[in-house]
Amino acid sequence: MLEIKNLHARIAEDGTEILRGIDLVVKPGEVHAIMGPNGSGKSTLSYILAGKDDYEVTEGDIVYNGQSLLELAPDERAAAGVFLAFQYPIEIPGVATMTFLKTALNAQRKARGEEELSTPEFMKRVKDKAGELQITMDMLKRPLNVGFSGGEKKRAEILQMALLQPTLCVLDETDSGLDIDALKVVSDGVNRLRGPDRSFVVITHYQRLLDHIVPDVVHVLSKGRIVKTGGPDLALELEKNGYADFIDAAA
Amino acid sequence: MPAVQETIDRVRSIDVDQYKYGFITDIESDKAPKGLNEDIIRFISAKKGEPEWMLEWRLEAYRRWLTMTEPTWARVEYPKIDFNDIYYYSAPKSAPGPKSLDEVDPELLATYEKLGIPLREQEILAGVEPKNRVAVDAVFDSVSVVTTFKEELKKAGVIFCSISEALREHPELVRKYLGSVVPVTDNYYATLNSAVFTDGSFVYVPEGVRCPMELSTYFRINEKNTGQFERTLIIAEKGAYVSYLEGCTAPQRDENQLHAAVVELVALDDAEIKYSTVQNWFPGDKEGKGGIYNFVTKRGDCRGKNSKISWTQVETGSAITWKYPSCILRGDNSRGEFYSIAVSNGYQQIDSGTKMIHLGKNTSSRIISKGISAGKSQNTYRGLVSAHRKASNARNFTQCDSLLIGQDCGAHTVPYIESKNATAVFEHEATTSKISDDQMFYCQQRGLSDEEAVALIVNGFVKDVIQQLPMEFAVEAQKLISISLEGSVG
Repeated sequence: MLEIKNLHARIAEDGTEILRGIDLVVKPGEVHAIMGPNGSGKSTLSYILAGKDDYEVTEGDIVYNGQSLLELAPDERAAAGVFLAFQYPIEIPGVATMTFLKTALNAQRKARGEEELSTPEFMKRVKDKAGELQITMDMLKRPLNVGFSGGEKKRAEILQMALLQPTLCVLDETDSGLDIDALKVVSDGVNRLRGPDRSFVVITHYQRLLDHIVPDVVHVLSKGRIVKTGGPDLALELEKNGYADFIDAAA
Repeated sequence: MPAVQETIDRVRSIDVDQYKYGFITDIESDKAPKGLNEDIIRFISAKKGEPEWMLEWRLEAYRRWLTMTEPTWARVEYPKIDFNDIYYYSAPKSAPGPKSLDEVDPELLATYEKLGIPLREQEILAGVEPKNRVAVDAVFDSVSVVTTFKEELKKAGVIFCSISEALREHPELVRKYLGSVVPVTDNYYATLNSAVFTDGSFVYVPEGVRCPMELSTYFRINEKNTGQFERTLIIAEKGAYVSYLEGCTAPQRDENQLHAAVVELVALDDAEIKYSTVQNWFPGDKEGKGGIYNFVTKRGDCRGKNSKISWTQVETGSAITWKYPSCILRGDNSRGEFYSIAVSNGYQQIDSGTKMIHLGKNTSSRIISKGISAGKSQNTYRGLVSAHRKASNARNFTQCDSLLIGQDCGAHTVPYIESKNATAVFEHEATTSKISDDQMFYCQQRGLSDEEAVALIVNGFVKDVIQQLPMEFAVEAQKLISISLEGSVG
């Protein structure tokens, strides 16, 4: 279970305050959507969950399964089950996607004190998951994210998620840069991973992603605070009326 | 304080090394006194039982050397070397090795462990006295391996021995080719080497023979203490092929701070020589003190038509590296290649690159250089590509990439391109990049530690060159690069 308690955070470099007291509880098996206008702090929240050191937490805590994430390095958080699907996945030149997947999976297994996966077993897992996401062997041989189209990058993110089997998945604007067909493939990939032991925090600007990944709870983030919480209908309301009402309410 | 003295003092202060390298042992009769003069050279030549012409050759080099000055154009800085404060000859085995691995520097052993070197090999590398080595099954018995190896080569007609042995057994071959690629007068360090070289390898592959195995210095027995002035000569006759591996991924320490080797390759018509190096000499301590100075002259002569010479190097050690393995493309249609990975960390300084000298028609060359700088190191690529008047249709492709890790290191690229023939086509591509914080964060988010992330990104960066290495070397070289960069982030 994820509990965010009165979280305040600022940009480390210039001290600009971004998050101003966020409270959020995500139970196992739940999908929470976080929506909000540009600059409301959505992406910052995702980075802070994953532990990017560009930000400083000044107050509050993030507790995951009883442990404060703030004390853990990014790789330790990953081993504890936290996964961030990036809005802009990073290129790693010269490193075949397959190599990257294997290195990441084995690093996490090692951190958890598990045996490394044998190559045949690893290949089997990759092939199964890749097939579901319409990822070809050819793509797996290419360097990670280098020259990938927008859709390929997002599918590669979901493939990593499927392979690493995290328990807390944070999706940062996964729908950006996707056409309708790619959106469907990616959403199906996410939906396959839904289960009683896995929680999702889905950050999005638009409602359309939520047609495919139907959330249990929708939050509206504005100026670093959650200003409204509701069911899936809230997303539809936002789509119709825009964020203006909530921004005014928060002001 | 002169550099050599500094090293000696430093090594003295470490107990393990003091024992291991025996600085305290009394001067034995088999050791020439410090310093350099004609008598020392006569002493070396006599000790080796060399023919008269060889002594004359050495003396001529020495007289020439006296008139030369140390080059200063490289982008490296070091205290002045006192050439009269160096021992130029000491017989092998003058210092006792450790009695067992228990007496070897644990840090050294930890690195062997990481490289996955078998126990038996660790002992050989650490110089454990042979009679105390652990008895293991015949597969790892180096003596039997060496014997089988020598027999196979003999069957093929390949000569592979130390250069001292070659001078005794095959003087006519040595005399014909020695100094024909790197002349005695070539440069300060090569001239010094010509005067005082003590040992090195000799390879001769007869006409039409494809050497049945990779030749490795590891298999050359009597290799202990080849000394700081190594001389290697490799000749591939018409249609011959040989692949030669030099060095070792395991860390090597040496009491000699100055190393000035010379390597000469000669490829005749349709011959091919592939020369791979992994260099991992002691780079100095955390403050940058005491590392090896490596001033090497390596040159290959594609003397015959359709000949090919390929240099592949992985450079991770030495405090100072000054090294430009080059190809003279003399024969028509000849081809030269240079693949390099140069890793610098701590206070290491590297000034390295290649020269591709196109003389014949339709000659081609390819240069792929990958420089990685971390810590407070400086890493310079310096390369010359030239086409002479008769080198019609000369082709070169150069790709020079630098990767920076951290804020305090430097990467420099100094290409020289000269063309005197209008039909020559030379291409040069260069990039400089940094491991970005975003890349690091991305890898860490997927569960990689700092060091695993750097290793992964760096291995991606050097992939093109690693692929050129013989298989068994490639895996070790990758590990070595990761180890060399340990502690470079965070």
